Amino acid sequence: MPARSVLSGVHFMNGDEAIAEGALAAGCTFFAAYPITPQSEIAERLAFRLPRTGGVFIQMEDELAAMAAVVGAAWGGTKAMTATSGPGFSLMMENLGLAIMTETPCVVANVQRGGPSTGLPTAVGQGDMMQARWGSHGHYELISLCPSSPQEAFDLTVRAFALSERFRVPVLIMTDEVVGHMYERVEIPEEISEAPRRRPTGPVEGFLPYKPDEDLVPPMACAGEGYRIHVTGLTHDERGYPDMSAEAHDRLVRRLCDKITRAPEAYTWTEELFMDDAEVAVISYGISARVALGAVELARKRGIKAGLLRLITAWPFPDDVVRGVAERVQGMVTVELNMGQMSREVDRVVKGRVPLAGVYHPGGRIHRPDEVLRGIEEVMACR
Amino acid sequence: MRHEIRFAGFGGQGIVSAGRITGGAAVLHDGTHAVLTQNYGPEARGGACAAEVIVSDQPVDYPHITQPDALVIMSQEAYDKFSSRIQEGGLLLVDEDLVEYGERSDVKVVAVPSTRIAESLGRKIVANVVMLGALAAAWPAVSREAMLNAVLGSVPPHTKDLNQRAFEAGYDHVSKEAMHGAT
Repeated sequence: MPARSVLSGVHFMNGDEAIAEGALAAGCTFFAAYPITPQSEIAERLAFRLPRTGGVFIQMEDELAAMAAVVGAAWGGTKAMTATSGPGFSLMMENLGLAIMTETPCVVANVQRGGPSTGLPTAVGQGDMMQARWGSHGHYELISLCPSSPQEAFDLTVRAFALSERFRVPVLIMTDEVVGHMYERVEIPEEISEAPRRRPTGPVEGFLPYKPDEDLVPPMACAGEGYRIHVTGLTHDERGYPDMSAEAHDRLVRRLCDKITRAPEAYTWTEELFMDDAEVAVISYGISARVALGAVELARKRGIKAGLLRLITAWPFPDDVVRGVAERVQGMVTVELNMGQMSREVDRVVKGRVPLAGVYHPGGRIHRPDEVLRGIEEVMACR
Repeated sequence: MRHEIRFAGFGGQGIVSAGRITGGAAVLHDGTHAVLTQNYGPEARGGACAAEVIVSDQPVDYPHITQPDALVIMSQEAYDKFSSRIQEGGLLLVDEDLVEYGERSDVKVVAVPSTRIAESLGRKIVANVVMLGALAAAWPAVSREAMLNAVLGSVPPHTKDLNQRAFEAGYDHVSKEAMHGAT
C-alpha cells in the first residue's frame, strides 16, 4: 500500500479542496469522477495529488461509469471515492444502489447546485437532500453528512471513510456550492487515524462473504486475497448467490437497514447554539445553518429567545434529537435551499407538538438573515 | 474588528486570486479569521467576476459581505454595478485606465494605473498584484508583510521576483500619493 499523504498544517482552502485533502488523509487511493461545476475543484486537486502519492485518478466518460468504477475499486481493496453535483448525482443513483446492495464501502460527495436538470451550474442549492435518501430504487439506509465550512468538509470526509468501512455502506457528503467554493481557515492535524477495513480471519474453505458479525456487518474479503467472493446486485444469500425467495429478500434488506439504524450513536452529530433557554428552534444544515445562526443572533437582539439546531448528519435523520428539541421549545423553523425537504422529516418527528414554519427558496443564492428572522417571528406569533 | 472588501472586474484579471491572497494573508500570516466567497458565470474568461472577503477577529457565520468598507474595481462594468455599494468613508480603489469614475465626496478614491504599471514591468497579468500592493498601503485590515508573504506564497516560484516588484510598485504608488497629499 502506498503511504498516505496528509497535508498537515494551517491552510486557506475552499470546501472542495478540503474534501479532496480529507479523502487523502483518510487513506483514499482511488478517485473516479466526471468534472462538473461546482465539484470540479475536488477532481482537479485529486488529479494533481493522487498520482504523486501512489494513488489513482481516473476521469471517466460519465457519472454512471464513475460510480461503477468506485464500486469495483473498493472490491479491489482500495478506499474509493467519487464526487459530483446534481446532474451527475442523478446518473449515479443506479450504481449507488449497487454499492448499497453489495455492501461496498465508498464515499460520494455531492456539491449541490440549483436544480432540477442543468439548473444553475455555478450557484448554490440544497435540492438533492431527499434524492440522497431515496434516489436509488428499493428500500435502504445510508449515511449522509452536511458540512457547514471547509474545515468541517475536511473533518467529515475523514469520518465518512471511517463510517463507510465500519458499516460497509456508501457515505454521502451532501455539501453545497457555497461551502465548496468558500475559502476559510482549514487546520489539518498531524495525526489522523486511518479506519481499517474489516477483514475475514477464518479459513478460506467454507468462507461465507455475506455472513455478518454480531453487529450485522460482514467482514469484507477483497478480490485477490484468496477468499471466494461473489458480488451481485441480485438478492443473495450469505454465499452471495442469488436467492429469489421473499424470505431471503426480507432477511437481506432488513439486515442492510438494521446494520445502520441500530447504531445511531456512531454517526449522529448535531450542534446546538443558544438552545439552553430557546423558545424557538431554527433547524438547518450546510451553508443555510450559518445564515440561520446570523438570524438567531438578530432575533436575540430583538428579545426573541431563538436557538439553532444544526444537523451535521442528515441521514439517517436524527429523530431523537429533533424530538427532544420539540419538547423544549414552543416553535420550530426549518431553513433550507429547496422548497421544503428536510422539513418533512421535522414534521414527521414533531407530530404537531409545536407550530412549524419553513423558510425556503430553491437556490441561486443563500438566504439573507432577515428572511430567516421573518420565519422566526412568524412562528413566535402562532405560539 | 471586522472589514469587508469586494474585488470586481472581469474573468482572467485575477480577481478571485486577489481575494484569495487577501484572505490567505489574514488567516495564514496575520492570524485572523477570513472568508472568501466568489461570484462568476459559466464562461472561463471575460465574464463579470467578483470576490468578496470578510476579515474579522471573530469567526464569521453569514459568509457574504453586506456593506463593504473597501472596493477594488478593475472594469467599467464592475464600477457601474458595485461602486455605490460601499460604506460612507470607505476606500474605493480603481484601475484608473480601465474605469471612468466621477467626483466622489462620500468615499476615499485611490486611483492606480495598475494594468499600465504591470505592463511596464513586462507582464500585464500582475496587475492584480499591483492592486494588492496598493491595497496593503491604503486598507488597515491586512498588514503589508502579511499581504506580501501571501502573494509570494501563492505565485509560481519563477515569478516571485516579478510579483514582488509589482507589489512594491502598487504599494509605493499609494504611499507616495499619500505623502504628496499631506504636503
